[in-house]
Amino acid sequence: MATAEIEDFNPPYLFPDYKITVQRAPSKRLVPLPKGWFHTAKGPVFGRVPVGPTDNDLTIQHAGRPIGQRIVVEGRVLDSDGRAVPNTLLEIWQTNACGAYVDPADPGFFPLDPNFTGAGRTITDIEGRFSFRTIKPAPYPGVIGGTFRPAHIHVSLFGPGMAGRLVTQCYFEGDHLIKHDAIAQSIPDRRGLDRLIARFNYDTIEPGGPDCAVHYDWDIVLRGPEATPMEH
Amino acid sequence: MSLSESLSDDVTSPSQTLGPLYGFALMFEGSEKMLERDDPAAIELVGRVTDAGGPVAWPEAMVEVWNGELWARGRTDEAGEFHFVIRKPGPEHTTDAEPLAPYLNVMVFARGLLKHAYTRLYFPDESAANAGDPVLALVDDDLRHSLIAQADGERLRFDVCLQGPEETVFFEY
Repeated sequence: MATAEIEDFNPPYLFPDYKITVQRAPSKRLVPLPKGWFHTAKGPVFGRVPVGPTDNDLTIQHAGRPIGQRIVVEGRVLDSDGRAVPNTLLEIWQTNACGAYVDPADPGFFPLDPNFTGAGRTITDIEGRFSFRTIKPAPYPGVIGGTFRPAHIHVSLFGPGMAGRLVTQCYFEGDHLIKHDAIAQSIPDRRGLDRLIARFNYDTIEPGGPDCAVHYDWDIVLRGPEATPMEH
Repeated sequence: MSLSESLSDDVTSPSQTLGPLYGFALMFEGSEKMLERDDPAAIELVGRVTDAGGPVAWPEAMVEVWNGELWARGRTDEAGEFHFVIRKPGPEHTTDAEPLAPYLNVMVFARGLLKHAYTRLYFPDESAANAGDPVLALVDDDLRHSLIAQADGERLRFDVCLQGPEETVFFEY
């Protein structure tokens, strides 16, 4: 199989501004797998993860309306050769409009919204498209004395094979906290961070009404099946 | 701060940390089981995730083990331990028809891991296959043991050390 080398936009394991990486980052040389065949290793099958048809609308999971600005985050999952990645599972999780997660591990600084959980799932269509309707998450400081993180949606996706497994975060255009955030700034190449910032799209904004949403465009690009990371 | 006007197709989406607050979204009933515990092929797998400071305890680490159809997702507990019900995958070959010893991909996601750590679990009762495996052959002799699960009574144990003297061997991906 022909392989093409592409740039790696991932952050390093060790990024001291994000303090916990100092004790947690693997420190030994990573073993490279042989080129040409490891990408054919079968990817995970996620048929057991339950996905309902409305799981991509986080605003209708409870009896009442959630508090906050409704947003739509929509885009395509592509590979680095520009091909659509259809039929792949995306799982998302986020805070409510106040900056609180439903998770029991949340520090509980901010109130929960009884009408918002903040977890969603969807499967990309044949063109790799996905769309989530949700509430704009809020910045929050993770711990007492911590710094505010920019608003973000956590995203997990599987992609077509082993190289496609990705857990990342979606940020929002215009958020001034991005440039002060150690996690976002761990990405060494500015183009990589830009890839994670959803772009406000006025053309698709919805006409006024009680449930109208502003739209953000956000594409996800996975390494193509024939691509291997460049040697560093 | 302005965004790049347009990004070329080869700018791939970088990884970001899982963070500690994913449980309500990613964990579901039975996610840690590839098959039912009473299935004759079922194997109980336990392990501990540690870093240079000790156990990576709840809520901070999520582990996925998989190979094709087989997939499970678990979370470390207060002691940094994960528990899975797994089965040994069937035989596989490389594209050059070289036989591979049975293995499971193991991915660790955690607060403080800006990208996941990827390792492979091999089975202790496959000594001959392990000895001829082309991936294990890439690993230094004195480190290879970190990729082979240990029999622990009826169970298998596979500890993952992210950093420190006992650091697990991880692969590039």
